Amino acid sequence: MDSPGVKTPLLSVRGLQTQFLADEGTVRAVDGVSFDVYPGQTLGVVGESGCGKSVTAHSILRIVEAPGRIVAGRILLRRDATELDLVALSPNGRVMRSIRTGVIGYVFQEPMSAFSPVHTIGNQICEAIQLHRRVNTREARERGIELLRRVGIPRAEHRMDEYAFQLSGGLRQRALIAMALSCDPQLLIADEPTTALDVTTQAQILELLADLQAQNGMAIMLITHNLGVVAEMADDVVVMYLGRVVEQGPVDELFYAPRHPYTQLLLKSIPSVHSTRRAKLPTIAGSVPHPYSRPAGCPFHPRCPSFMPGTCDVHDPRLLPVEGQQFASCFLYQPAPASAPVADGSVTSSLS
Amino acid sequence: MMASRQGERVLSFMVRRLILAVFTVVAISMLSFLIIHLPPGDFVTTYIANQAANGGTVSAEAAAKLRAQYGLDQPVYVQYLKWMGLIASGNFGMAMEYQLPVAQVIGDRLWMTVAVSVGALIFTWLVALPIGIYTAVRQRSILDYVFTFIGFIGLAVPNFLLALLVLYFGFKYFNANIGGLFKPEFADAPWSWAKFQDLLGHMPIPAVVLGMAATAAQIRIMRANLLDEKRKPYVVSARVRGLPEYRVILKYPVRVALNPFASTIGYTLPFIVSGSVIVSIVLSLPTVGPLLFKALIALDMFLAGTIILMLGVLTVIGTLLSDLLLMWLDPRIRLEG
Amino acid sequence: MRVEEPLARGSADPEAAIITEAEERISVAPQWQLMWWRFRKHKLALVSTALVICFYLVVGFADFLAYADPHASEAQRSLIAPQSVHLLDEGRLSPYVEGLAGARDPLTFKRVYVPDPSVKVPLTFFAPGFAYRLFGVIPMDRHLIGVAGENNTPENSLFILGTDDQGRDQWSRLMYATQVSLLIGLVSVVISLVLGVLLGGLSGYIGGTTDTVIQRVIEILRSIPTIPLWMGLAASVPKDWDIVRVFFVMTLIFSLFSWTELARVVRGRFLSLRHEDFVTAAELVGCSRLRIIFRHLVPSFLSHIIAATTLSLPAIIIFETSLSFLGLGMRPPGLSWGVMLQAASNVQTAAVSPWLLLPAIPVTVAILAFNFLGDGLRDAADPYGV
Repeated sequence: MDSPGVKTPLLSVRGLQTQFLADEGTVRAVDGVSFDVYPGQTLGVVGESGCGKSVTAHSILRIVEAPGRIVAGRILLRRDATELDLVALSPNGRVMRSIRTGVIGYVFQEPMSAFSPVHTIGNQICEAIQLHRRVNTREARERGIELLRRVGIPRAEHRMDEYAFQLSGGLRQRALIAMALSCDPQLLIADEPTTALDVTTQAQILELLADLQAQNGMAIMLITHNLGVVAEMADDVVVMYLGRVVEQGPVDELFYAPRHPYTQLLLKSIPSVHSTRRAKLPTIAGSVPHPYSRPAGCPFHPRCPSFMPGTCDVHDPRLLPVEGQQFASCFLYQPAPASAPVADGSVTSSLS
Repeated sequence: MMASRQGERVLSFMVRRLILAVFTVVAISMLSFLIIHLPPGDFVTTYIANQAANGGTVSAEAAAKLRAQYGLDQPVYVQYLKWMGLIASGNFGMAMEYQLPVAQVIGDRLWMTVAVSVGALIFTWLVALPIGIYTAVRQRSILDYVFTFIGFIGLAVPNFLLALLVLYFGFKYFNANIGGLFKPEFADAPWSWAKFQDLLGHMPIPAVVLGMAATAAQIRIMRANLLDEKRKPYVVSARVRGLPEYRVILKYPVRVALNPFASTIGYTLPFIVSGSVIVSIVLSLPTVGPLLFKALIALDMFLAGTIILMLGVLTVIGTLLSDLLLMWLDPRIRLEG
Repeated sequence: MRVEEPLARGSADPEAAIITEAEERISVAPQWQLMWWRFRKHKLALVSTALVICFYLVVGFADFLAYADPHASEAQRSLIAPQSVHLLDEGRLSPYVEGLAGARDPLTFKRVYVPDPSVKVPLTFFAPGFAYRLFGVIPMDRHLIGVAGENNTPENSLFILGTDDQGRDQWSRLMYATQVSLLIGLVSVVISLVLGVLLGGLSGYIGGTTDTVIQRVIEILRSIPTIPLWMGLAASVPKDWDIVRVFFVMTLIFSLFSWTELARVVRGRFLSLRHEDFVTAAELVGCSRLRIIFRHLVPSFLSHIIAATTLSLPAIIIFETSLSFLGLGMRPPGLSWGVMLQAASNVQTAAVSPWLLLPAIPVTVAILAFNFLGDGLRDAADPYGV
């Protein structure tokens, strides 16, 4: 099916726009995001808090809560030679529900609150299994125990009948991963899976994810703000800022030759063992703008060291290839359009 | 091994509640005692005066015997202990007006109070739970506003007034005499299946009138709790697992919101038993309420005090039972103690 | 030592994200201002505030608003239906009521009064009436409305809400009943507040055994059915006590049980705030315990206390009305909503004279108003609520 050398992505997001309508204004949480996730590969989605990473994940699973809604774009899921647009599906319909955990698994950031406090872990895992597979209760329970073992939880048969508050943080996260994997999904979305854990446990969980990926051949979409995690786990990286993709590319290229000024600043701000003594830690000047007052033009321009007046604050850059597999959305790598921005609907030519 | 640890925690929880219950009963008995002896003059003088008013007399030695029996010439705490002793042996004293033992005068009425209170409680649960869930899930729908309005009525109209209005409308527009729990032919008849059915048939109106206020409060509690829980990550987690929306709501946040809901049962029961006294006076129900009222007006204090004591004990037992229910509902209490 | 060059180059101002004027106002507003803004959004609470103010205006001006002596009974005028007030008299704005003509009821041979459309009794504002002292101090004899001319004859009288079975004007009685019912509520609530803050504060701040003991007491009081106890206590009030003493005893009885709710709220607040950093800071600076309680702790939960206090009023109103209805609370010649409703306790009487049930309206409205007001205050005070 795939021609040699060309891989077909498992999930393709095209021009996704998700907005929240509040009294004070409309928040464009995801503002035209496109990327691909390939089978067996890990895509890292990086950005500061509030850049829209989680909303993107929720949009893929169609669990965005009111007052948020997807206003434009397509999310194409490819299974068995068919292509399904998730945006077109009804969120509570049978097809979408069968995809959740059946095809796309999701790992929460906070494992404690992701489990019901009044149901056992086993109850919730078996529920997931029985929703997507035709098995009886006994088989579901056996499968659940096997899953818990696979993620490295000792005494799995006993843990099945325990409640979330009886497990430690690391074990809870493992149990959460087990639940997400219960139906052999083709894609696992991990939303900040290690943020709530201590460093040692972090390393263990990441190792677990890598192992499981090697075993199952599943794709992973790893959402994080931790560049170290991305460097270790990801094959490709997407950098987001204020709801847009500003840079995209294979992990090595991104780390060795970042193109977009934002990515460059992010990498420079990682504390390093190798820096000189008493050197000041570089930071990115300014702060993320309030969602109700987005800057015009390129969203990063108020904080950008390469800001070009007249261009960056007027026109919207597009995500275009820079070199090889790297894409960047920056006027350093593309010519500014000759006409006035299309944002207000009118296009007037101006003397350049 | 795990089970015995659980068992231990259950036991310690129950023991704590039992001790508290005992203290509560003691407190109630002291308050009842206080009430009995509040009116000026002591019991025996009132008794003699009462007898005189009815044309009878009390011999001096009968009076002295009564005085000794109740310890009226001894310090207060001795009187209290004597009274407690008498009660322990089943002697609740004499009801002056009726010239009969208190226990006999009260008779079935205490059970009727239980029946009406339980009826109101059941009404409360049956109605408050679904409506609370519905108004939380379908906010701002038409039914939400309707239920909210009905809730306001339950909140704002005192139950005696509600009873009065029910009687008024029933009389004015249906020419019916609503009230009482039995048809005349069953009123004094011995218990039978037919009498029980008659009771059930008459139960709705008193149960609704009595339960309205508690229902309104419970609806608000359930709604608030469910709205809080609905937003939590474990609900999203259930949705992510692929559950249909109605099961997401019913299996998870409702289950968790049931806990604070159930814990209010402990305080709903005294409220309902309390309210049943007044409502049964207005609706002329054969419960303890009208009896208490008449006893208080006639200053028949032993009758009144005993009724108050019994109502209190009834409530404590009910609260204890509801604590058992709460414990069964919430595994955290079982496991964390 | 090498200093890294600043990364931000270019003329763009990093703080280009303009703080909107609204945000600026929010960040410097004092706490009460924030509460007021939040409170304002709650339309129902605003309406309730207006209603509550109206109620307490009645409390203050009851004498002025009434126009007939509430205790003047006149058997011949019993059970007259409310008279409709006509505003226009042949096109001119001149309010009047129809006069009452005496007649004999053919069935009972009793003298009854029926409206006589031919007689127009004009009404005036600030009409003279019975003498009273406004707020107990200022002697006055003017009332809000009244009949121009002699107000003595039944044919020339005003009965906006009709009369009861003793011929007493219901409107005037309602004014005084409102005064009493709401005052009892207010005084009870103040006593409960004092008890609740004191005991709840001790419980929460000192903790330990004091806390356990007070906690248990509160739990015991909450699990006792209150109405039978109140009935018992109220029945023991001697029948010959004057109304004022009865009034105060009633308020005391109600407060004895309602302080528990307030104490719980206060204790909860104290418990959660006791370990806050600002308290530790005050202790480290050397503030005395008393100063910490009053200067630091109390202001931070004052708004919650006010909300809880407002919310405890409806329960007191309900209980007072219930007890007085039975005759065990305020009793004649005392007046309260419950006392007035007692006249309607006989269903047959009420069916014939439904206006006797009218006091049900202010009872319901008052309870609703205090509930909404309390809700609004509580939502405004709690920044993390829904």
